[in-house]
Amino acid sequence: MESLEIPVMAPEPCACGPGNGINTLRFEPRRCINCGRCTEVCPHGVFRRGEKTIELANENDCMECGACALNCPTRAIAVESGVGCAAAMMKAAILGKDEVVCGEDCCE
Amino acid sequence: MTGVTSTTTTLTGRDKGEHVLIRLGYRRMFHRIKPGLYSVGNPSPESPVLVTANFTLSFDALRTSLGGVDAYILVLDTKGVNVWCAAGKGTFGTDEVVRSVEASGLKDVVTHRKLVLPQLGAPGVAAHEVKKRTGFAVLFGPVRASDVREYLRLGKATEEMRRVRFPTQDRAVLIPVEMKNYMWPSLAIAVASLLLGGWLALTAVVLAFLSGTTLFPLLLPHLPTKHFTSKGMTLGLLVSLPFAVLASYLSGFNGSPGTLSALAGVIVLMPPVVGYMGLNWTGCSTYSSRTGVKKEIFRFVPVIVVLLVAGLIMLAISGVGQLAGWF
Repeated sequence: MESLEIPVMAPEPCACGPGNGINTLRFEPRRCINCGRCTEVCPHGVFRRGEKTIELANENDCMECGACALNCPTRAIAVESGVGCAAAMMKAAILGKDEVVCGEDCCE
Repeated sequence: MTGVTSTTTTLTGRDKGEHVLIRLGYRRMFHRIKPGLYSVGNPSPESPVLVTANFTLSFDALRTSLGGVDAYILVLDTKGVNVWCAAGKGTFGTDEVVRSVEASGLKDVVTHRKLVLPQLGAPGVAAHEVKKRTGFAVLFGPVRASDVREYLRLGKATEEMRRVRFPTQDRAVLIPVEMKNYMWPSLAIAVASLLLGGWLALTAVVLAFLSGTTLFPLLLPHLPTKHFTSKGMTLGLLVSLPFAVLASYLSGFNGSPGTLSALAGVIVLMPPVVGYMGLNWTGCSTYSSRTGVKKEIFRFVPVIVVLLVAGLIMLAISGVGQLAGWF
């Protein structure tokens, strides 16, 4: 259980490539320091360790939870995180309110 | 050691009773643990610190996985919401971890500077931020509490421990809550159907209800097509066709346009109703993305609306026609 010592840099968000058209995940390998945090936090095995940087293994499986982007110390990953809940989205659209998910005002 | 509450790794009958109530959706926001520092076994200052949410099922899943382990449990205040959902909302978040570490006086309880967080807390917690602000390194443990003991033994999580799955059992436990959520509108529709269409109409409503709440989650990975809505619509069709055959047999089908219109109405209505329930199930799943669901809404809601209107018109034609003596 070694703790990771990671240099924190990159003040501005990721200016990554065009993405895959299926979800909003973007990865910029030039910023990646191969720390492996994303491979730890991703619940769907989207990333894998590569030679010098992380590689995208299953980018279409990304569910946009945002764990990788939040935990990337060099901001090599960007994703518009959100919850894939149709009920919450349709409710918000009909009532003209902000989306509320998973808690007091949801699923009731 | 003041401020540390001792807890057990077993469930009492009362705990189990509460779990049943939670699964039934009873007062779902009121199953909370007091946030703070807890201990299981006889922890020393070198023992691991495991972090969790203050939702009863989250806390209980963790502590019951720790039989024979000496450890501390740091319970965050997530307002009674489970780890993954709270992380998505940000209440299982960096700020709350920092606040809890300070409020609990953890620095004086343990000599090491490590926190083990559930992996699914990661959408809310930036590990490097916590390190910077508290001096505690965040280690992301396994997805499931049941793997925590093995994780502690190995000192790391295996690939399998890092994957979110959605086995039949995990889908099945959601059935009662889904039933509860659809209860009132379904009852209203059921009563209306019974009054307007009789027993067979009521049976169709019950079938739709059971298909959407029960069969859909159980059969989810086995239903054809990719989208939740089309899976639901397929299921709706698979259920409505045998129903139509049985209903025409039971009602002594005479081939009149009125009966034909009613049966066609049921066949046309079942897919959009179950499809809509399938679409709403996206939020229960462990893999749907916001972008994907948004696309699915735009693609399938128009289809649902068209089929609903068409089916209702067919039922109306049948009903009005029989009253007016058209057939």
